[in-house]
Amino acid sequence: MTRLVSPRTLFIALGLLCLLAVWLSLALGPVSLPLIDTLRVGLRLLGLPVNGDGLEQAELILGQIRLPRTLLGLAVGAVLALAGVAMQGLFRNPLADPGLVGVSSGAALGAAIAIVGSTWVGGVPEVFAPYLLSLCAFLGGLGVTALVYRLGSKEGQTSVATMLLAGIALTALASSAVGLFTYLADDATLRTLTFWNLGSLNGASYQRLWPLVLVATGVALWLPRRAEALNALLLGESEARHLGFEVEKLKRELVFCTALGVGAAVAAAGLIGFIGLVVPHLVRLLAGPDHRVLLPASLLAGASLLLFADLIARLALAPAELPIGIVTAFIGAPFFLYLLLRGRA
Amino acid sequence: MLQVSDLQVIRGHKTVLDGVSLDVAPGQVLGVLGPNGAGKSTLLGALCGELSAHRGRVLLHERPLADWPGQERAQRLAVLPQASSLGFAFRVEEVVGMGRLPHRTGQVRDREIVTAALQAADALHLAERSYLALSGGERQRVHLARVLAQLWPGEAGRTLLLDEPTSALDPLHQHTTLQAVRGFADRGAAVLVILHDLNLAARYCDRILLLENGRPYAFDTPEQVLQPGALKAVFGLDVLVQRHPERGHPLIIAR
Repeated sequence: MTRLVSPRTLFIALGLLCLLAVWLSLALGPVSLPLIDTLRVGLRLLGLPVNGDGLEQAELILGQIRLPRTLLGLAVGAVLALAGVAMQGLFRNPLADPGLVGVSSGAALGAAIAIVGSTWVGGVPEVFAPYLLSLCAFLGGLGVTALVYRLGSKEGQTSVATMLLAGIALTALASSAVGLFTYLADDATLRTLTFWNLGSLNGASYQRLWPLVLVATGVALWLPRRAEALNALLLGESEARHLGFEVEKLKRELVFCTALGVGAAVAAAGLIGFIGLVVPHLVRLLAGPDHRVLLPASLLAGASLLLFADLIARLALAPAELPIGIVTAFIGAPFFLYLLLRGRA
Repeated sequence: MLQVSDLQVIRGHKTVLDGVSLDVAPGQVLGVLGPNGAGKSTLLGALCGELSAHRGRVLLHERPLADWPGQERAQRLAVLPQASSLGFAFRVEEVVGMGRLPHRTGQVRDREIVTAALQAADALHLAERSYLALSGGERQRVHLARVLAQLWPGEAGRTLLLDEPTSALDPLHQHTTLQAVRGFADRGAAVLVILHDLNLAARYCDRILLLENGRPYAFDTPEQVLQPGALKAVFGLDVLVQRHPERGHPLIIAR
């Protein structure tokens, strides 16, 4: 297979795409702002000396609503795509997904416990509510992933195949627990639960943003340092060892990184599927499987794709809003099928 | 160079390898022969640290294998497994380039080495192709080129372990592969190679270890090991052994 584009072209194209996504994400919504005004306010927010006459309302919308939402979208998309690359590298399978190690279902379970549990104890103080949800989702994801990892490990060796099966089993278990909570929930709680299970960037605020941005930055800085090790891992675990890499440590780091990243993303925006599966795949089709290109390119592509999906979520039924998980699934599932059929041809 | 004395490997409750002592010496090709299940791959696994030995310590340059930091070990010891499961569309030159990951020799030098290693494995014409589009034999040669690149140019102090590197190859490439391996040894590298073809072993190996049920049956030069009696005892095969009319090494013919 010949590569469609050189890494340099890809980075330039994805960089421009990402800027365009940010610009549109800031400008469009229930109250659409003229693109040029958006640009001017954007530059003002960056601290550049641009004349701000007549932009007060735009500045308010942008600063308080659109900017945190856009930043949330960037961080969630980037971290989900990077986690997808990490999982596909770990399982040495291009169809692997961050959900495989149980992190998504664990986070969903944590969130369900937080949502339903807090109504049972008669509600928690308003200031803690969003933090409690995020924290429970995060801990749920990390907990289930740790359990999957423990089940897959024996005498210090980790069997990726056992981890995969344990992940499937625990995902089923967590899903049924979520189902139980759903069944027990009252109507108002049910709505929160459903909305959260489908994912949304709605209600983004700077307070809820910073833990995710911190985690996303950490993951984005750390994973590319393991690009060569990930390349070697694709040859096989023993081959990677013979090339001098500490494979057990690498596997631990990859699982931890995924749990941390996806846990934080799910905690901030709910369950958003298919980004982690589709984005690395798409980049590989364009520029090949080398992780030195794949990781940074997936970061940019994931961030852009999520912003575009959010735009659809915002605009399709405006002024009502679709959950973004529905949009990504609508784009992702047919694409996944296309990949399956294409592979079989 | 690689040494081990009185190696014993136990898997489950079964002793799969016992009483093997050998040194893979610089400048030599050591062939390992034996029927299926005789413990050849187990021996290779123990020698490269993939399987833990119950008894007997593997020494690389007189230092226990486990004490070597991964990268330094990889600069000195390369292993070609029997089969590989790479399922991603790397270009052939990228796969071979992975052999240079333990080194910090720079892009220019690495590219020269990748080219030379591909040439040695007679796979240079595949360099731009996708690995996934190759046949089984071509893939085997690409992985050979990868381990050759890892130790290039194969001077003294390098050790190469190969598990059936010719199993998927046509007759010509069986010879080009073993000639490349022989060339490595002639430049000073220590080589251990598992083979099934007795005549290839007779031609390219300096010494042969004949394994039977996890125990060494014979360990000597090809002339000494490849005798009708030994081959009958280990393989249950009736053979005639003659001299190669031009090269003089033993020529094994099934009766």
